[in-house]
This record gives sequence, C-alpha cells and structure tokens, in this order.
Amino acid sequence: MANLNDYIPIVGQPIIDDLKLIAERLHGKVIRNINSTAVGGGVAEILTRMIPFLKELGVDARWDVIKGGEKFFAVTKKFHNALHGKAENITEDDLQIFMQTSQSNIAELDISGDIVFVHDPQPIALIAKKAANKWIWRCHVDVSDPQQKVWDLLMEFIPRYDAAVFSAPAFSRPLPVRQFLISPSIDPLSDKNKELPQEVIKAVLEKYEIPRDKPVITQVSRFDRLKDPVGVIEVYKRVKKYIDCRLVLAGGTASDDPESVEVLAEVRERAGKDKDIHILLLPQNDIDVNALQRSSDVILQKSLREGFGLTVSEALWKAKPVVASHVGGIPLQIKNKYSGLLCRSIDGAAFAVKQLLNNPEYARKLGENGKEHIKNNFLLTRHLKEYLLLFLSLYHLEDVVYL
Amino acid sequence: MNTLQQAKQPFRFHTRLNLTELTGLRASVLPQLLELIKKVPGSCIYHHTHRFLEQHQYLSPEPPNDFAYWVGQVLGEDELAERLASIDTVQFSTIRSLREQFVETIETYLTEKPLAKLRFAGAGEEFHFIKSISFIIPTAHVANNLEEFVGILEKITVDSIYFHVFEARLRLERPTNDFSNWIEDALDCRDIADEISNLDPYTYTMEELRKKIVSIVRSGYGKS
Repeated sequence: MANLNDYIPIVGQPIIDDLKLIAERLHGKVIRNINSTAVGGGVAEILTRMIPFLKELGVDARWDVIKGGEKFFAVTKKFHNALHGKAENITEDDLQIFMQTSQSNIAELDISGDIVFVHDPQPIALIAKKAANKWIWRCHVDVSDPQQKVWDLLMEFIPRYDAAVFSAPAFSRPLPVRQFLISPSIDPLSDKNKELPQEVIKAVLEKYEIPRDKPVITQVSRFDRLKDPVGVIEVYKRVKKYIDCRLVLAGGTASDDPESVEVLAEVRERAGKDKDIHILLLPQNDIDVNALQRSSDVILQKSLREGFGLTVSEALWKAKPVVASHVGGIPLQIKNKYSGLLCRSIDGAAFAVKQLLNNPEYARKLGENGKEHIKNNFLLTRHLKEYLLLFLSLYHLEDVVYL
Repeated sequence: MNTLQQAKQPFRFHTRLNLTELTGLRASVLPQLLELIKKVPGSCIYHHTHRFLEQHQYLSPEPPNDFAYWVGQVLGEDELAERLASIDTVQFSTIRSLREQFVETIETYLTEKPLAKLRFAGAGEEFHFIKSISFIIPTAHVANNLEEFVGILEKITVDSIYFHVFEARLRLERPTNDFSNWIEDALDCRDIADEISNLDPYTYTMEELRKKIVSIVRSGYGKS
C-alpha cells in the first residue's frame, strides 16, 4: 500500500507538510472509528485507507466494528433505503431489533478513546456510552428527503453527539449540534484511478469486445434504478440518431439482490439487439473499470439520486468530459460548463452528450478543468486534512482558530 | 538596495487551513436569501465571497461570489447576478461593510424589479449557507531579508499566500496585507509594500498572484 510520500508528485510536498503540521496537534489523542463492516462498502473502503495514513502521521487511530445478526442488518438496510426517501414499512419489531442489538454492542464493545468517530446509522445508538470524551457522527447517506420515522429515530441520538458530518450541503438541516461538510474522496494511486499503459487499456477493450471504431459513451454504475440505466439507453438512442457511437453500461450486480437482477433484465430488454450497446457485468475489477473510463469519449452519470457520486470524481480525474445529473454531491464536483455538463432529463443529457462529441476541443477543456478541480478538492489528501481539522475543531469552538 | 539587509523582525509564514461548517439554513427565493444574508454569522459571508476563489482558483481569475452565481445560474436573474458579481470585495475592509453592500444591492434590485421576488429555486437547487472555519498554523518558514522572503514565497502553499493576503486583511481586519505590512515596517521598503498593497488580489488566480508578488519584490530590488 502507498505511503503519504508517494502522493507528493501528485499534490506537492507542501500539502503533505501541512498534514504533518496539523497531525502534530493530535499527538497523544486516541481516535476510535466505529462502523458496521470491516470489508465491502464505501465506509470500510475509506477506513481501510485512512487508518494507516493517520497512523503514519503519528495519530493513534483505531477501528472497531459492531456486531449484528442477519435481522439487525435487514433492519438497517430498510433504514438506509428509508433515509434515501424510499417508502419502507418500518415496524415496531424493526425498532426493537435495532435497539436490542445496539444494547448488546453498548455492553460488549470497548469504546474508550479521546474521540469516538461513529460512521453511519447502524452504530449510532452507541452514543449512550458517551463519557467526558468527544463523539462525532459521520453520515455517508443522502438524507435530503428521509422518511420521517427513521429520521426521528436518528434524532433521538444525534443531539447527544458533539458534531455531525455530512457529504453535501443539501443533506444538512438545522441541528442542535455543530455540523460539518466533508466530501468523500478518491485515491489517485488506487487501481481504479492510477495511470494505465495503453496496452492494458487495449487488452481490456479486447476482453470485452469493444472496438475503437466509433465514439464511446460510458456509464459505470450498479444496475440500480436510482442510477437510471434505462434512461442511459434512451440518451444513447437520441444521440445515435445523429452520431454513430457505442454505449458501455458497466456495473456489478449481486445474485442476492433481486432488484438488481430485475433492473438488468429491463436494461437488456431495452437494449434489444443493438450490437453497439455493451452491457458488462463486472465483478470487483478496478483495473477494468479504470481502463473502460480511460477509453471513453464521454462519461455519463445519469443518476436519479446519489449519496455523492464518486464515479464522477473518478472520470474527471482521468480528464474525461462528463455529463451528469444535478443530484446529491454531483454539483459539488461539476460546475456546469466549467468542469462538465449537468443535466436534469434524458433530453438534456442527450443534448449535452452531442455537444461534447461534436466539439472535442470544448470537451477536452471541460475534462482538463474537471481534473484540476478534483486534484484541488476531492483527493484523499484533502479528505485526510479535513478529518484532522474536524478532530481539532472539537476542542475549539471559534471560527478562527490559532494553533 | 541590499537584498540581504536584515529585517528589524523576521517574517514567519503561517498557513491557513479551512474546514466547512454547515448551518442547515437555506434559501429558495430572493427575499429569503436577503433575510439570511442579514442575519447569518460573518463567517458565512466570508465563505460565500471567498470560497470560489479557493476552489476554482485554477480557472477563474474573476471574483465571482456564491450569491452572484446562484442568482444567475439558478434563479436566472442575470442583471442582479452581474451587480452582485461586480461588488468590489477589495474595497471593503470589514465583513460587516461587505455584508451591507450585498444587502443594499439586493434590496435596491427588488425595489426596482419586484417580480424578481417570485423567482424560485427548484428542489435540490436551494442556496445553502455555509461557514468557513479557519485554522491558522505557523509554518517552519521564516524570512530575515527580502532574498529569503522571495525564496519562501516561491514554494510556500497557496493557502499561506491566501492567509497573508486575503484573510489577514478582511477577516482579521488588519490595515493591509501581511506582506506589505512587514516589508514596510521591518525593512522600510515603502515602494514595494505599496505596490503589493495596491494590487487587486481578487483579479488573480492564486498562482498568478504568487508570481506577481514575487515579481514586484524582485523588481523592487532590481533583480527582475
């Protein structure tokens, strides 16, 4: 795994020096992270990268995972959907299961530390164990339009924390505790984002039988209705009337997720026999995703809802022109017409894709601006810096802090 | 002049790192935006008039502020957007007076064009008020003369330049930027100090601003 000095050629020595300067102020403090899974999912991925870097900076960061059975995780999955605004029937039984499992974790887990950093709703009730130390609740979910019952449940706990953290301004609302905006980030040295030799890209295209004979539009996403893959095909069909092109829809599906299987069937039906539509079921293969993004002419992210939309950051980091929906954290990544094009409909997206394919110089400029924007604002080093500042902010209430 | 002339006191470069605090306050229409501009903390006004400068410093040498951007891009009130974008931030020495200028500009516009009150932002496009929390940290870089000063200036982070030029003056209400202050007080080089002081830093990208200040100092001691 990379160490911090490996990032110097990308972000510059002074950025790494700044991280060291801030981290010095946290020496001796124990930061205990708590979430619900050690592997799989965005939070675990972030912690896997963050904890070693915090340690490298001399910060005593630790990571614990709560225990929960099948029933508990079925309930928290319902909570997750309901927080995203999906209609879910949350029963009294569900609430009881949630509280019972939380109680056993409260009883069993060692939650010592100067700062306890709780990620997402699953471990939120651990706050009952708060002593004189500081507690932060980190919400990775889009809670701009949550189902009230679940939000009310969370509000039984949130006010007891010292601070809350959200990924986009639209997820915030007046709360009795301080709340901070910290966006997620991408790792420029990971397999998904590192530079790739042309021969690797070529091999991946050959593997998936995608010829380079015409422009390629790509969306990388799970086969999930909120990512609107059927809408993406509609966009492609509108573009295809004027510009001969290919569409790559690349994403994973889980056999235990009946909805994704259904969505995939709908996508296949809508694609029909069109040989220029490539529907790729990728297992977790970051190099392939990287190569597909790098070989595309336009990247599309036509989501209907997004927690943040890191696939947009990934595409922009590769200096690709992006057309994406104005939802979730996407407007933070794309300033319309500066670093990509934002859309709100199938027609709008199709028009934007045509503009980019017909004006390669304009597309190139947007991609370049996008890369610079990601470099300045959405790389892992910025994320790390903001976490360090977040920890320090717990000990300073003023708006201008002299350290 | 002697570039190695020792300063009466050294200049320690500081850096300023930013954390963004959410307020949960949002506006969908102009009257709401106006009322919130009047009452939010000064740190919010500071954030929305300086954020663009930091996040988009590579592409935009203009001084766009978030208010102008939202009024133009979301509400479609281009004339008001232009008036707000034209507010000359460098002319204001306090956040209070800057805030008053935004209030006056919007109030005047709403009196002239009352129908603008009816424009509203669609769901998800509201204006969210955000605060900047600044952490100011001394760096290890200390200049004892102009030669050392320029050497450090050429390699220090843009956050440090940002702090000494923008934040020190407007947010901490110092009479001028820290560089001019030191060059005049500690080195008696009033010409160089004035030339830096007379820049409109809001019209430069951060890297261009760095180059400009370096060039002023070098020209000042005949090494350009």
